[in-house]
Amino acid sequence: MTSLALDETGDAPPRSRPSAWNRLSRNALATFGLVLVVAIAAIAAAAPLLPLADPNATDVANRLQPVFSDGHWLGTDQLGRDILSRLIWGTRVSLAVGIAATLVATAIGALIGLVAAYYGRWTDTLLMRGIDMLMAFPYLLLALAIVAVLGPGLLNAMVAIALVNIPFFARAVRGATVSLVTREYVDAARLCGMSNPRIIAREIFPNVLPVIVITMSTTLGWMILETAGLSFLGLGAQPPQADLGSMLGDGRKLIVTAPHVATIPGLVILLLVIGTNLLGDGLRDVLDPRLKSGALARPMAVTAVDASAGRPAAGAPNAAEAPLLSVQGLETHFVMGRAVFRAVNGVSFDVAAGEAVGIVGESGSGKSVTALSLLGLVPTPPGRIVGGDIRFRGESLIGAPLSRLQDIRGNRIAYIFQDPLTTLNPLLTVGEQVTEAVRRHQNLDSGRARQWTLELFERVQIPRAKERLASYPHELSGGQRQRVGIAMALANDPDLIIADEPTTALDVTTQAQVLKLLDELRRERGAALIFITHDFGVVSELCDRILVMYAGRVVEEGPVEAVFADPRHPYTRRLMACVPILGEPERSIDAIPGLPPAVNRLPPGCAFAPRCPLVLDACRHGEIPLDRLGDGRAARCIRAQESDQESSDA
Amino acid sequence: MMGYIVRRLLLTVPVLLGISVIVFLVISLIPGDPATAILGAYATPENVARINAELGLDKPLPVQFLTWLGGVLEGDLGRSYSLNRPVAAEVIDRLVPTLILAGAALTLCTLFGVLGGVVAAVKQYGWQDKLVTLLVLIGISTPSFFLGIVLILWFSVRLEWFPTGGMYALFGDGGLLDLLHHLALPALTLAVVATGVVARLTRANMLEVLRQDYVRTARAKGLREGRVIYKHALKNALVNIIPIIGIQTGFVLSGAVYIESVFQWPGIGRMLVTAISTRDILLVQGGVLVVAACYVLINLLADVLQAALDPRVKV
Repeated sequence: MTSLALDETGDAPPRSRPSAWNRLSRNALATFGLVLVVAIAAIAAAAPLLPLADPNATDVANRLQPVFSDGHWLGTDQLGRDILSRLIWGTRVSLAVGIAATLVATAIGALIGLVAAYYGRWTDTLLMRGIDMLMAFPYLLLALAIVAVLGPGLLNAMVAIALVNIPFFARAVRGATVSLVTREYVDAARLCGMSNPRIIAREIFPNVLPVIVITMSTTLGWMILETAGLSFLGLGAQPPQADLGSMLGDGRKLIVTAPHVATIPGLVILLLVIGTNLLGDGLRDVLDPRLKSGALARPMAVTAVDASAGRPAAGAPNAAEAPLLSVQGLETHFVMGRAVFRAVNGVSFDVAAGEAVGIVGESGSGKSVTALSLLGLVPTPPGRIVGGDIRFRGESLIGAPLSRLQDIRGNRIAYIFQDPLTTLNPLLTVGEQVTEAVRRHQNLDSGRARQWTLELFERVQIPRAKERLASYPHELSGGQRQRVGIAMALANDPDLIIADEPTTALDVTTQAQVLKLLDELRRERGAALIFITHDFGVVSELCDRILVMYAGRVVEEGPVEAVFADPRHPYTRRLMACVPILGEPERSIDAIPGLPPAVNRLPPGCAFAPRCPLVLDACRHGEIPLDRLGDGRAARCIRAQESDQESSDA
Repeated sequence: MMGYIVRRLLLTVPVLLGISVIVFLVISLIPGDPATAILGAYATPENVARINAELGLDKPLPVQFLTWLGGVLEGDLGRSYSLNRPVAAEVIDRLVPTLILAGAALTLCTLFGVLGGVVAAVKQYGWQDKLVTLLVLIGISTPSFFLGIVLILWFSVRLEWFPTGGMYALFGDGGLLDLLHHLALPALTLAVVATGVVARLTRANMLEVLRQDYVRTARAKGLREGRVIYKHALKNALVNIIPIIGIQTGFVLSGAVYIESVFQWPGIGRMLVTAISTRDILLVQGGVLVVAACYVLINLLADVLQAALDPRVKV
């Protein structure tokens, strides 16, 4: 109940978070802002104690003295008044008015937001439509209308600026409250007979406080600026009272003869507002973990590669003998702060021309990251390829220049991704998106590229292909979208197609059709296939060879029939047991007990040991090698050679 | 598309009605008596009663509102006391320069804001990103009325490149060149804050879009980065940025009040400030109403643009 409303990102690693203060002070800019604001505020607050000249004492004989003149550090204004003294007293007024306006807007706005969200229904509709109406005005014009009626003056200016800023607070607070009112503890409080105002004050208010503080801190600078602005226009502070805005407004008439009279108060406003904005941004970063820097990092065009990776192995085979694709000791890590997630941890395999290889494993086993690593499509940050080599027709792809990778991507090696709704661009027609892939790699004019796209659409059996070229992704069914994905992959007759769970998002009948189509077209063109899935059944139909991955490593590999007939790794056996078999309803679909290990804290020895029914003491120590078992088979298990014990109790 | 525009237009009717209610209520309900305000020191009870009768203020509020609204719909916003001419005529005369200024500023802030935001996002954490972030911070923290004074001091007084203010000869002898010459500094000043906001939001939107699966697809096709960023990512980001620019219009129209005052631009903002000091309430009311209506229509335009760009919006 004490957790902050914004604090529940859920799956953050369970590291102890540094205190808010630590994080704030680590943010250098925010600290600078804090120092600036505190310094200015302290000087302004201490004005009565400082040995300052009377800010209103005129001395016409000494008017418009320049900066650093005798007795007047910052000179004098048009009436001979000491600018430094007026500046400090004016800052005091500006700060006070800005803070007061913020507090008033916060109080009223937060109350409206809380009430609207808590009571909902017509209360909400009525209040928020009213707020919308206020927001339909350019805010300053509404403030001017209010000042027009109330009359110019500092207090009235403050009221006007506060009123027109209420909508920002009301909206922010309502937004944060809406998600809270349905929480269990609010229901509990209601059942306990707590009154509504009391629930709002005791249970909800503390949880929306961070949102209120964020909105306040990001609005304060704005409020100071706006109240100064009204004074600048002559609608705020009236003589003899002065704030920074009115000093600037008075001084601007002397801009040619004595520019310092206007520029000095202007600079102080600028500093004050920069300070509050820096501080506000810093506070927001601290209180809102979603905005922590790094969380919104953009992926680069290619995965970062460490210098240690991509060194050609001794005696690299020449291109003629080399397999189509050879992956050797690939290591791809995700680096998040100090935690390193070893998503791919030394994976090696080959794919021959025209061969279909299935990579099977649970979510998080590293199969997709392996596939994306091949052409540097793992997002960086946080991903990095830190070791190993990838060779395509004998050419190393790791550390290859981006332009070379771009020539291969979609051309010799093509991807089909999982969810075609998110992987197709929503704003471009599917025709455009396929034509684009064609034209990137083939020297065709737009008419012939379109013609080729149409043929591709017909080949993947999209009904009414010609009309569909002009459709947007959201206008197609899931199955049709994935057919577009396959058309895109086939666009340039690739040597290798990497399909990453291409049918997971589809319903079962569509799945079968799409898989059949993919298989036919691939065979027809002699393309190799890497098929990534968690579904053993599909692998047995499509693939020649199978790789089973667990916690970033290959734990078993071999020809499909052999692995199916006699799985050697206990994990493979367990995975196969999860596949339901038609006509055997009693067969228990027992999910594997336990969870895969977090790949930033891998146990020593076999990663599967904690979940393994056959575990021995020896499994928990040292590196378990991938044992070659003959006939192209291998398993990473010290008991792989033993006879199958577990099958008897299945 | 036509149907969508018509439907959106119909939806703005209640908004415009709401705006007129608020403008009317602000003037009528907030403590302060227009008659006293108009008459100032000459406010004898007889004069106050006469003005109140003239303005219809002796009638009940709903009647007052309907009478006023009827006038508004016929283009009658009352008569300005200080200028002794119809408010509507004055407001229209002053609206054109303001729209020119705001339009120029919006163009600048869109160009530089989107460009800066894209560069910052693409070069995230690089020096370009840091530079843009710093400029944005300074931009959104700078009081535009102060910046205007500094620019006048530097470019007009010292360098004498630009006039210190005014907008002579809108359609007169100087022609377009003279207009641009007068427009340059105020439009630039007015654009600074909005440019900062647009750049900041463009950066955030681009970062969000660049993480999407379809950007990965575009890269997996082997497309060059330029095409990935400008064709695939920016287009998606623009869908979110266009309404933001629409909302920025409100800040630009607000900022115009300061800029017109600093550069003596003969727009509606300066008219409002003068009207407030002469306590010409009807002029303030008319000006605020018309500018707010413009703002609503500009946001409508932004929505229509967004719908034109995004096929998922039901048109």
